[in-house]
Amino acid sequence: MSEAAVSSGALAPDISSDIRAARSHLARRFLKNTLGIAALAVLVLIVLAAIFAPLLTSYDPNAVSVLNILQGPGAGHLLGTDGAGRDVWARLLFGARFTLAGALLATVVAAVIGITSGLVAGYYGKWFESVSSWVTTLLMALPGIVVLLAARAVLGPSLWSVMIIFGVLLAPAFYRLVYAAVSGVRNELFVDAARVSGVSDFRIIARHILTVVRAPIILQASIVFGIAIAVQVGLDFLGFGDQTIPTWGNILNDGFTNLYRDPQLVIWPGLAIVITGVALTLFANALRDELEHSARPSRRRRAAVATAAAEPVPPVSNTIVHDEPDTATEAPLLHIEGLAVGYPQPDGSVTRVVDNVSLNIGRGEVHGLIGESGSGKTQTAWSVLRLLPSGGEVLEGSIQFDGEDLSKVPSAKMQDIRGGRIAYIPQEPMSNLDPSFTIGSQLTEPMRIKLGVSKAEARARALKLLGQVGIPNPERTFASYPHELSGGMAQRVLIAGAVSCEPDLVIADEPTTALDVTIQAEILDLLRDLQQELGVTILIVTHNFGVVADLCDQVSVMQKGRIVETGPARSLFANPQHPYTRSLFDAILDESPARGPYAEVLPR
Amino acid sequence: MLTFTVRRLLYGIVLLFVIVTLAYLLLYAAAGNVGRTILGPTATQATVALKNQQLGLNSPLISRYFSWLGHALTGNFGSSWFTNQPVTTAIITRLQVTLILVLGAVIVSAVASAALGVWAALRGGWVDRVIQVFSVLGFAIPGFLIALFLVRIFALGLHWFKPTGYVPITYYFGGWIRTVTLPIIALSIALVAGIAQQVRSSVIDSLRQDWVRTLRSRGISERSVLFKHVLRNAGGPALSVLALSFVGLLGGAVIIEQIFGIPGLGQIAVLATSQGDVPLVMGLVVAIGVIVIVVNLVVDLLQGFLNPKARIS
Repeated sequence: MSEAAVSSGALAPDISSDIRAARSHLARRFLKNTLGIAALAVLVLIVLAAIFAPLLTSYDPNAVSVLNILQGPGAGHLLGTDGAGRDVWARLLFGARFTLAGALLATVVAAVIGITSGLVAGYYGKWFESVSSWVTTLLMALPGIVVLLAARAVLGPSLWSVMIIFGVLLAPAFYRLVYAAVSGVRNELFVDAARVSGVSDFRIIARHILTVVRAPIILQASIVFGIAIAVQVGLDFLGFGDQTIPTWGNILNDGFTNLYRDPQLVIWPGLAIVITGVALTLFANALRDELEHSARPSRRRRAAVATAAAEPVPPVSNTIVHDEPDTATEAPLLHIEGLAVGYPQPDGSVTRVVDNVSLNIGRGEVHGLIGESGSGKTQTAWSVLRLLPSGGEVLEGSIQFDGEDLSKVPSAKMQDIRGGRIAYIPQEPMSNLDPSFTIGSQLTEPMRIKLGVSKAEARARALKLLGQVGIPNPERTFASYPHELSGGMAQRVLIAGAVSCEPDLVIADEPTTALDVTIQAEILDLLRDLQQELGVTILIVTHNFGVVADLCDQVSVMQKGRIVETGPARSLFANPQHPYTRSLFDAILDESPARGPYAEVLPR
Repeated sequence: MLTFTVRRLLYGIVLLFVIVTLAYLLLYAAAGNVGRTILGPTATQATVALKNQQLGLNSPLISRYFSWLGHALTGNFGSSWFTNQPVTTAIITRLQVTLILVLGAVIVSAVASAALGVWAALRGGWVDRVIQVFSVLGFAIPGFLIALFLVRIFALGLHWFKPTGYVPITYYFGGWIRTVTLPIIALSIALVAGIAQQVRSSVIDSLRQDWVRTLRSRGISERSVLFKHVLRNAGGPALSVLALSFVGLLGGAVIIEQIFGIPGLGQIAVLATSQGDVPLVMGLVVAIGVIVIVVNLVVDLLQGFLNPKARIS
C-alpha cells in the first residue's frame, strides 16, 4: 500500500504539474493577446460599474418625476431622463446590476448542473450516462424562449425564476463539454494509475480531470453568459419581464416607446448591450484561439519546419557523376537544370530547401531520387508538378519537360499537363483520396476532362484500370468510398488514377513508405509491370535502396537540397563513392540483414 | 441507411411523446382555477364552476391526459379557451408564416455564410479581417437590436420595406417581399456570423489536406477542386452548426415576429402563454416538437449525403 501510494504520489504531482505548466502557459499566452485583454478590461469595468453603482450616481433609478420627463443630457442628469422622468445614467448603472446578476445566475445554474452531471456521467458511465444524454437531447429540442414564456405565465414575471429556468435549459452546453472531456481521460493511463493506487475518485476528478476542462469551461461560460444576457434583454424588451426593476431590457423598452419623442433613449441601453456582448465574444474568441494553440502544439508548423527549414543548404560540393556507357543520344524527357526551391520567411530571408539540382530523365527510364527525410527530394518532385506548398517557390533554374520549361508555362497550360502528361502517385494512400466521393467518381473525373470521353466510356476504362492494378472486385471498389478501402487497395486506386490518362511521366513520391512490408512488395511489382506494359517514364522518390534496387535504371542521391551522386543504378550500387551514399547503404545493411537481392549487387 | 433513418424517426417520436407528456402534466398542474382565469374576477362562483365542468376539468388529470392524447393522435387538439377557435386551425394558419421566416433565414444564411466563409478563407488579408469583425458583431449583438436598426434605417428612413405587418405571398408578391425581407435578415445575421466562421475554418483545413494536392495533380480545375471537393467536405461541419442553431432560430422568430408585428407562431405563443390558454400552448408544443424532429431527420439525411462515413453508424 505504501509503495503504491508513494509511486502514485510521485506520479500524480508530476502530471498535474505538467498540466499546471500548460495552464500557466495558457494564461501567459492569453496575457499577450491584446484584444482579449482589452475585452477582459472592458468586462471588468462594466462589472465594477455595476457593483459601485451607488457611488457613481446620486439618483434613485426608480424615482419617478413627472416634472422632469424626457430631459436631454446635461443639466444635472448625465444622460437625461426617460419617459417617466427617471435618471437614465442611474438606471443604466443599476440595470447592469440586475442584467448581469441575472445572466450570472443562469450561467451558474447551467454550469453547476452541467458540470456535475457531465462529471458523473463521464466518469462513472452506466445508467446515469444514458439518462443524462437523453435529458440533454430533450432540453436541446426545446426552444428556450417558448419555455420561458410558458414559465412566466405560471410563475409570474420574475427575473430570477426566469434566469434559473434558462440556466437549466443551457446546462447541456456544459454537460456535453465536460462529458466529452471526462470520458476521453477516463481511461488514460495516468487516471488508471491513480485509481489502482487507491486515490479516491473525488481526488482524481478534482486533480486530473477538472484541470483538463477548466479553460474550456471558462470559454463556454462566457458564451452562455452572453446568450443569457441576450435572451433576458429580449424578454424584457418585449415587456415580458419584471417591469418594477431597472434592467437593460426594460430601459430599452422604455426608449422604444419614446422612439419618436427622444431617439437617444434607445441608444444608451443599446450601446451597453452591444459593448458587453462584443467584449464577451472577443474574450471568448481570444481564449479559444490560445486554447487551440496550446492544445495542439502546431503539428503542421513542426512538419513545415522539418521539410522546409530544418536543412539549410550547405556550401557547394560537386556532384559525383558515374559514367554512363550507354548514354542515350535522344533528348531526355525531363531535364532539370540548376533548380533552386525556397520558402521566403517573415523576416525577409529565404530558406533554400533545394539548390542547384540538375537531373536528366530519359524516356522510358525509371529514375530513383533517394535521400533521407528533409533532403529536398519531395520538394524537387513537387516543383516539377508546380504543386509546392503555399509559400514555396522556384527561385532559380529550369524544368524542361519535352522541350517546354514547366517553371514558365501559364497555369492553364500547366493544368493540362498535370494529369494528362505528368501524373503523381502520393505517399500516404489514405489521406490522398477525397473522403466524400466514391472511388469511381474520383477516377472518372480526370478522364472525362483529359480524354474527353463519355461517362460510360470513363466508367468502362476505370473498371478496366482497377482490374489492371490488381483489384479483385473492380465493380465493388468503383462504388466504394475511400474509408471502405485498405491502405494497399487505396494505393492501387491512386496508381490507377495516375496512369488513367496515359501520362508520359509518373512522379511517385515514396509510394510504398506508408504500407505494410508485404504490400510494399506487391505495389513495387505492380509499378514494374505497369512500367513495362505502358513504357511510361517514372521518377520515384524514396529513402529506401530496396526500392531503387528493385525498380530503377538510374539513381540520384540527394542530401541537404543537393544531388551528391548520380548514375546508373548498377554502377552506383557497385561503387558508391560519396560518403553520404555509403552511409545510406550501411544504414540499410544494419537495419535488415535478411535482404537477399543486394548481396549480388553489393559485394561487401 | 433505411434502418438508420427509421431508428432516428422512432427516437424522435419517443422524444416528442416525453416532451408532450411533461408539458401537459406541468401546465395543468400549474393552471390553477381555469374557469376563474377565463371568466375574470367578476364572474359568480356558479358560472365559474359551470365553465370548469364544460371544459371537463373535473375529471382526474390522468384520464384527461389520455383523452387528450387520443384526440391528438387523430389531429384534434381541442379549442382555444378564449377564442374557441380550433387549435389545429389557429396553429396551421400561423405555422406557414413562421416557416417562411425560418426557412428563409436558413436559406439566406446558408448561401451567405458559404460565400463569406469561402471568400475569407481564400482571400485572407483584409477581406478575412473584415469578415471576422462582422462575425464578432453579428454573434455579439442580439437579433432584435439588429432588427431595430434595420427598421430605423430601411423602413422608417428609406421606406424600402414595411416596418410592421405581413402580406401573404399568394395575395401580393411585392408586398410579401416588403414585409418578410427585414425579419429574415434580422434572423439570419447571427446565424451567418456563426456558420461563416465554421465554413472559413473548414475550407482552410480542407485546402491543406493531401487529397487536394492529388486532385490538382490529376489536372482537375481549381474551380472543381474548390466548389466540388473542398466545399462538400467543408459542408458537414457547417451543417452541424446550422442544425444546432435551428431550435434557437425558432425562439428568435418569436421575438422578431413581435417586433415586426407578424402573425406567426411567435405571436400565438406570446398570446397563449400570457393568457394561460393551455390547449393552445399544448398545440404549440406539439407543432414545435414535430418541426424539430423533421429538421433533425433532414439534417441527418443531408449529413449522410455529405459525409459517407456518417452513413454506416
